[in-house]
Amino acid sequence: MSTTLDAGSPPGASLPSGIPDLGKKARPGETAIVWSLRVSALLSVAITVAIVVALSRPVVDFFREIPFGDFFATEGRFAVLPLISATFVVTVIALLVAVPLGLGAAMYLSEYASRRARKVLKPTVELLAGVPSVVYGFFAVFFVTPTLLQDILNLNVNFTNALAAGLVLGVMIVPTVASLSEDAFTAVPQALRQGSFAMGANRMQTTLRVVLPAALSGVAAAVVLGMSRAVGETMIVALAAGGQKNLSADPREGMQTMTGFIAQTARGENPVGSTEYNTLFAVGLTLFVITLVINFVSIALVRRFRQEY
Amino acid sequence: MSAATVAAREVTHAIATGKSRDRNVGSLVFLAGLWFSLFFGVMVLVVLIVDTLIDGSARFDIELITEYDSILHPEAFGFRAGILGTVWVMIGTALLAVPLGIAAALYLEEFADNTKWYNRVIELNLQNLAAVPSVVYGLLAVATMALIGFDSTDIIIGGAIALALLILPVIIITTREAVRAVPQDIRQGSLALGATVWQTTWRQTLPSSIPGIATGTILGLSRAIGEAAPLLMLGVAGSVGFDPTSPTSQFTALPIQIYSLSSSSREDLRVAAAAAIIVLLVMILTLNGLAIYIRNKFQRTW
Repeated sequence: MSTTLDAGSPPGASLPSGIPDLGKKARPGETAIVWSLRVSALLSVAITVAIVVALSRPVVDFFREIPFGDFFATEGRFAVLPLISATFVVTVIALLVAVPLGLGAAMYLSEYASRRARKVLKPTVELLAGVPSVVYGFFAVFFVTPTLLQDILNLNVNFTNALAAGLVLGVMIVPTVASLSEDAFTAVPQALRQGSFAMGANRMQTTLRVVLPAALSGVAAAVVLGMSRAVGETMIVALAAGGQKNLSADPREGMQTMTGFIAQTARGENPVGSTEYNTLFAVGLTLFVITLVINFVSIALVRRFRQEY
Repeated sequence: MSAATVAAREVTHAIATGKSRDRNVGSLVFLAGLWFSLFFGVMVLVVLIVDTLIDGSARFDIELITEYDSILHPEAFGFRAGILGTVWVMIGTALLAVPLGIAAALYLEEFADNTKWYNRVIELNLQNLAAVPSVVYGLLAVATMALIGFDSTDIIIGGAIALALLILPVIIITTREAVRAVPQDIRQGSLALGATVWQTTWRQTLPSSIPGIATGTILGLSRAIGEAAPLLMLGVAGSVGFDPTSPTSQFTALPIQIYSLSSSSREDLRVAAAAAIIVLLVMILTLNGLAIYIRNKFQRTW
């Protein structure tokens, strides 16, 4: 945008004599302001670097004491693989809930709703994002598990289980999936829809066979971003998914996820520098790296659908 | 009329009115599915709120907000320390995040040259930061507090730093959208009258975008107010028996109290947690209402 805003004279333009060239006038105050703004913007990069540095230092200490094999092991006090597998189970359940619901809501908003209806209906989907995660956690423990799963669906689930955590987590990320995929649907050119209608397709056929495939990379980005949210969410799994490492794929059992482990260990008041304290950072760094990869995949996918149309 | 004309009318009608003429079973089921996904969120919210209201109904009294938490007297269990702590931390968060966020957004929108590689790095980095898990910000805040030189991390400043880091990307992104919505004509008019780029930004662009910035900031704060995970990393206690008095005093916050009560097995504490959830939801609803009010009252359309 700055190209349109440059107040100085164009390079090489010679002004008639007698008119001062204000573009070259030194303005120290202004330079200082621009630099302070630039530093604020660079702070965001500094935060990322700081995250990596802050997480890495205790991790180096950790691996001095604990061999790699004990960390990437399936069992033991410092094993991270059960945590990763539990995170995976919970995330898959969450996506099974969030993807159909999020896409359904997005399809209605972009393909069926009139402009006025969209203005009213969109906030109802986004309401879900405003509820704090600790409240969802409470809901999962005291409503979803005892009432919905045990009484209504008659499932034999433990008090803490991956199913309740995953279901509620899925509800929480519906707005993330819905809002990004709605953007992707809206970006599909009207000409494609008109072409489909002209061939005699109805609205459902147009939505499913023309708009959805055309917006696929955007939808993929939405799903991937939802996944990143699910992997990183803490309070729901800390309350509802359980506090025991459990290398199992059975969602009726309790299992500790990466974030659940971090929350529980942080609560345990471990002295700074102790091995338990450093484990926290080792798991935190693993979590950060996983979400970083997922986020970059999502950003790359968004770029693609923005470029297509 | 030929068949082609009929088909063409059909299509034009469908496009013009947004209604599809063919109503076979398949598309009706599909439409019902879409309606279900659209209103699923509202249904869950209603169940959640009603269930919590029933759970907490025994405790809607004045002690809920005027008393401290005491396990010895569960019938008068109150959240005074948590409510005050949350308010203090929110003020600290706003003071840290809002000026920084606005400055960064103004730089990126008004001054940065988007073809330069470092500005593209900032862009990419912001998108990524917005999706970093909140626990990671908690870990970063712990490290930052140690760097500044505080011995304990469970104080107001610690909480404010953690939550400010968390919502900074949100504030930057919403502020940029608000600034971008200001038409170029206003900037060009100002520049043509001899104002510098900074004068234009400060006197024209920024004032015109304040309603949008305020809305985005409040929505960011309403996200921060319910966060428990970063505060948990700082070691913020679930039970504190005094009011916070300064930025360096120990505190507790409502979400943390809800978490520690929910993980207890006692029935009366669960009731208190449900009541606290209602208090927290009312606070969030107030913030959101304020954001919507500002948006409707002051937002300008050009």
